[in-house]
Amino acid sequence: MRVIDYAVKIRVKPDNSGVVTDGVKHSMNPFCEIAVEEAVKLKEKKLVKEVVAVSCGPQQSQETIRTALAMGADRGIHVEVSGKDYESLGPLQVSKIMAALAKKEEAQLIILGKQAIDDDCNQTGQMTAALLDWPQGTFASEVSLDGDNVKVVREIDGGLETIRINTPAVLTADLRLNTPRYATLPNIMKAKKKKIANVKPADLGVDLTSRLEVLRVDEPPQRLAGMKVETVEDLVAKLKDAGRV
Amino acid sequence: MFPASRYACKAHRCIRALTTLQTDSAAPQLYTSLHRRTCSSVSTPRITTHYTIHPRDQDPRWEGMEMERFADEADVVIVGGGPAGLSAAIRLKQLANEQEKELRVCLVEKAPQIGAHTLSGACLEPSSLIELFPDWKERGAPLNTPVTEDVFSIFTEKHRIPVPILPGLPMQNHGNYIVRLGNLVRWLGEQAEELGVEIYPGYAAAEVLFHEDGSVKGIATNDVGIAKDGSPKDVFERGMELHAKVTLFGEGCHGHLAKQLYKQFNLRENCEPQTYAIGLKELWMIDEKKWRPGRTEHSVGWPLDRHTYGGSFLYHLNEGEPLVALGLVVGLDYSNPYLSPFREFQRWKHHPFVASTLEGGQRIAYGARALNEGGFQCIPKLTFPGGLLIGCSPGFMNVPKIKGTHTAMKSGMLAAEAIFPKVTAENLDSETAGIHVPEYSESLKNSSVWKELHAVRNIRPSFHNYFGLYGGMVYTGIFYWMLRGKEPWTLKHRGMDANQLKPAKDCKPIEYPKPDGKISFDLLSSVALSGTNHEGDQPPHLTLKDDSVPVARNLAIYDGPEQRFCPAGVYEYVPVETGDGMRLQINAQNCVHCKTCDIKDPSQNINWVVPEGGGGPAYNGM
Repeated sequence: MRVIDYAVKIRVKPDNSGVVTDGVKHSMNPFCEIAVEEAVKLKEKKLVKEVVAVSCGPQQSQETIRTALAMGADRGIHVEVSGKDYESLGPLQVSKIMAALAKKEEAQLIILGKQAIDDDCNQTGQMTAALLDWPQGTFASEVSLDGDNVKVVREIDGGLETIRINTPAVLTADLRLNTPRYATLPNIMKAKKKKIANVKPADLGVDLTSRLEVLRVDEPPQRLAGMKVETVEDLVAKLKDAGRV
Repeated sequence: MFPASRYACKAHRCIRALTTLQTDSAAPQLYTSLHRRTCSSVSTPRITTHYTIHPRDQDPRWEGMEMERFADEADVVIVGGGPAGLSAAIRLKQLANEQEKELRVCLVEKAPQIGAHTLSGACLEPSSLIELFPDWKERGAPLNTPVTEDVFSIFTEKHRIPVPILPGLPMQNHGNYIVRLGNLVRWLGEQAEELGVEIYPGYAAAEVLFHEDGSVKGIATNDVGIAKDGSPKDVFERGMELHAKVTLFGEGCHGHLAKQLYKQFNLRENCEPQTYAIGLKELWMIDEKKWRPGRTEHSVGWPLDRHTYGGSFLYHLNEGEPLVALGLVVGLDYSNPYLSPFREFQRWKHHPFVASTLEGGQRIAYGARALNEGGFQCIPKLTFPGGLLIGCSPGFMNVPKIKGTHTAMKSGMLAAEAIFPKVTAENLDSETAGIHVPEYSESLKNSSVWKELHAVRNIRPSFHNYFGLYGGMVYTGIFYWMLRGKEPWTLKHRGMDANQLKPAKDCKPIEYPKPDGKISFDLLSSVALSGTNHEGDQPPHLTLKDDSVPVARNLAIYDGPEQRFCPAGVYEYVPVETGDGMRLQINAQNCVHCKTCDIKDPSQNINWVVPEGGGGPAYNGM
């Protein structure tokens, strides 16, 4: 997934309809990098035969796919979504696309990043599994493929949970799953020769209409100055004044 | 000094440093640590871990590591994706297509995307662009703002003295365009890719490669996956070698590979040392009522004194929204180590003439970069076996016009035209394995670039007189405006910028006003706006030849000027954790690649090398 780079300062558009993306530095979503790395690792261990990198978005998404190819994916699929469709593209639409592609490609494993850093939805992996009726191993911090099932160690609030699910399955990558390798220049050059297929959502029978409408985007409110008080009584009085107590 | 400590590496170290600051000196804005001196009761902690200072072949942690590099061949390799590099690449491909010849041109650029490290005013003279692309308008080049108004002032603290810009003066801008250079460079990158140039952003050229006969063979890109302490990580990978018949170096002002090449081939033996300035820039979205698209404003004088060269610019862009580009340029030959170019810039914005434009507006971008001021006298030898220098790297900026883009582009184009016959020749008789192309220097000497730089050669050095700025203006009026630079003498510059600092004890600290958060801002929020970032776990790319010099010399004699001239808060002097004394802390992640530290360090101990490619600022149309 191609998102605004995490170090860039985000600016809301003057008409409050969204954030400024024109010319802004974009990179692959950090969790997607981890997902690609895991897939390539599985191929290197000879547990899977082929790694296909998929991205939904405008023309520039091809660069993101190219990076995945340079990391070791075998071929890419670019699902072209641009303009207004891209602005309203959300987890529901992406998971429908993923489900359609998984059936078409007869995939055994879908590995996604747990969430995108621009919308923080954390829904695509789960929705994809539901649409396909496949088991899901989300927030994975360790993945072991063993024949027709996968052992997944999941990071949950209480600690770590280990589950075993059958393939085909959907996994979503969490931060500690691995450290992604660099896309080195010789690999980028080789990646130029790898194929990226172009697909339209309509070809997959996917309807992109969004069920959500963004009404407004605002910057977080400016942090107000605090007030210092001398005694506990002052504090209680001020809280009472503000109607908090 | 700054609450920069709060953002630095480890939390407990920061809090301790901050507590010490608060309980310590009464000096409100400046951390004058003269009283702390250099009597440190601990030895100098290790700061520099980069392999250029600590070679890996003697490092036991690197034993047995695979150091072979993948190599590839191109006809021409270009280092740097700025106006010069891209113009050269485009011209080469235009010639190749015209003459139906095959030519592999590879361009490497350290920025994550073309244009992300580009920063300039900028008021473009379109001559070179028109030459490169006569149909630039149809192609959609982003030149949207022709200059409509030209205003020049001398500022005093509260007032301004208008100066008429007579036709013929170098500052006259009729026929020029206000551009966002980052956007123009991005557009040039797209044109180059369409023509078939292989562009690789995110890969920095870290090393120059040589044939056995000493000629340049090409470059190697940076290694990745080295930890902060200099040891290899699991993801360590060697850079790649790109070999070429000719390598063009277009790294921009004070390039780090160019610095090596000057030494290697003795290119500066017949020219003066280059002198520089630092340019700080911001983009503001202003109140529509104050927006005058096409208006350019320049000023000299306040807040700089008459002996500190510098001036400001404020350009109203016309791209559909009330955007202005403004900034301050400060000559790096200043002598007071207490001067902070960043704070001068913030203070300048409060001048009534400027503040009136900015009131009610919002700052949306910040950045800084060093630029050349030496002009004609400082142009080095430009060619050597296997390569040549283009653009601001050798330095073709016309200083009084404050324009260097058109000359940089022209130099790139002339380079392409000079090397094309040689790299496409069937049987070239070359003395060296890397081809030498002295024809480039020749054609440059016969071009408009040379004439232009020759005519204005005395304006900048004329500034070094008792009357400072005013003497310089009088000189410009007489000798340039009336005589077009035809006087038979050539004035000299003062020497290296690094040698111009006076010891701190001989200078007065400058009292800067606190930023008000509406028009002026603090350093760290500014750095955040530049979008700069680097992979944290890598050796600091600001390497010190000797780790003990900063405290022993820079701090002791000059009160640590690097804390003030760095526009990104990279350098901080903090108390050592145990015992007495100070140490230098380098926050390499903040670096915006301006190169000022490498230029102005009075001990010339700092050597800026390129960090992992893809790091650095994320400028958008700066």
